Amino acid sequence: MSFFPYAVAAWVVLIGLYGIVTSRNLIHLVMCLSVVQSASYLVLLSIGYKDDAQAPIFADVPLSTPAVDPVVQALTLTDVVVGVTVTALLLALAVQAHKRYETLDPEDLRPRRRR
Amino acid sequence: MSPRTRLRVFVVAGAGLLGLLLWGFAGLPDFGHYAGPYGDILNRVAVHERSSTDIVTAVNFDYRAFDTLIEEFILFAAVIGVASLLRALRGEHSARPDDDVPGRHVPETSLAVRLAGLVLVGPTVLIGLYVVAHGHQTPGGGFQGGVILASGLLLTYLSADYLTMRRVGPTWLVETAEGLGAAGFVLIAVGGLVGGGAFFQNVLGKGTPGTLPSAGLIPLSNLSVGLAVSGGFAYMLAEFLQQTLVRRGQARGRRRKGP
Repeated sequence: MSFFPYAVAAWVVLIGLYGIVTSRNLIHLVMCLSVVQSASYLVLLSIGYKDDAQAPIFADVPLSTPAVDPVVQALTLTDVVVGVTVTALLLALAVQAHKRYETLDPEDLRPRRRR
Repeated sequence: MSPRTRLRVFVVAGAGLLGLLLWGFAGLPDFGHYAGPYGDILNRVAVHERSSTDIVTAVNFDYRAFDTLIEEFILFAAVIGVASLLRALRGEHSARPDDDVPGRHVPETSLAVRLAGLVLVGPTVLIGLYVVAHGHQTPGGGFQGGVILASGLLLTYLSADYLTMRRVGPTWLVETAEGLGAAGFVLIAVGGLVGGGAFFQNVLGKGTPGTLPSAGLIPLSNLSVGLAVSGGFAYMLAEFLQQTLVRRGQARGRRRKGP
């Protein structure tokens, strides 16, 4: 079972990409991209995980308690923030695309000839 | 490319990607058998060195605070990006958020939702402040608490409407919070440079680990990041909700003349 979390991460990447490839709605597409990105959280946290260890918080436990890697958890926080910013920017672009083409279906987004 | 062809291309490419991913992951340490030394070293020394009992916060706001500063400015840039993407375009004007389609029945927000939202505003803001203030002791910090604070503002939208939300959190307030927070974080870093000779040097006393005034500059950094994140998120939410008010009289008429 020691490989299982990584297999899940690979599956999450692929299922998200499948969603992006087959998407018929820009909002759905942005959410699929978030799914792809969440695989990176899984990989990061899995690398830092240690059997029988607690969270790296020593507020109420002795300092000798084994704890998982705090560095990858900090990186995951950065990852989440970057994910949110990308999602926000893409959703703003989806709003503007809907204004211009009156559709959210990526299939209908064709270059519109300038008047 | 037709959807069918695209799916075929994806199946081939996806199979290749899956193989590469699994091959790459196979080289990682087994799950549960952490290999790197850094996490163990930090867990051993961080509480003594930084007086922060939450090691993740100590990493974020001290050991690699410079990265977090850049991260904070990624968020700042994204807020500016959303604001400029959603700016008022030619031929757009704002109107009250009334339904333009005559005869469509729009259900009112139920009393249960309104009441629950209203009741939750206070506790949500309190939890947000708690999470920001105790980031160096227990799980939390400026990013997490800032998002909770912004959702407190969003609850006023849920329990009333957009215009009420703008009255509770007007643009000048969220802009000031965002700007002050981002500037404050930089000033804290520069303060370390002036007082201690290095960017983000912890110049304040360390205090006793586990108490609220401890860990030197970390709680102050959390506070300013919390301010910036809550302001930034509130601003982005307001920008998206503002779009429900946008009317395009002119643009629609122009399109009909097109091919």
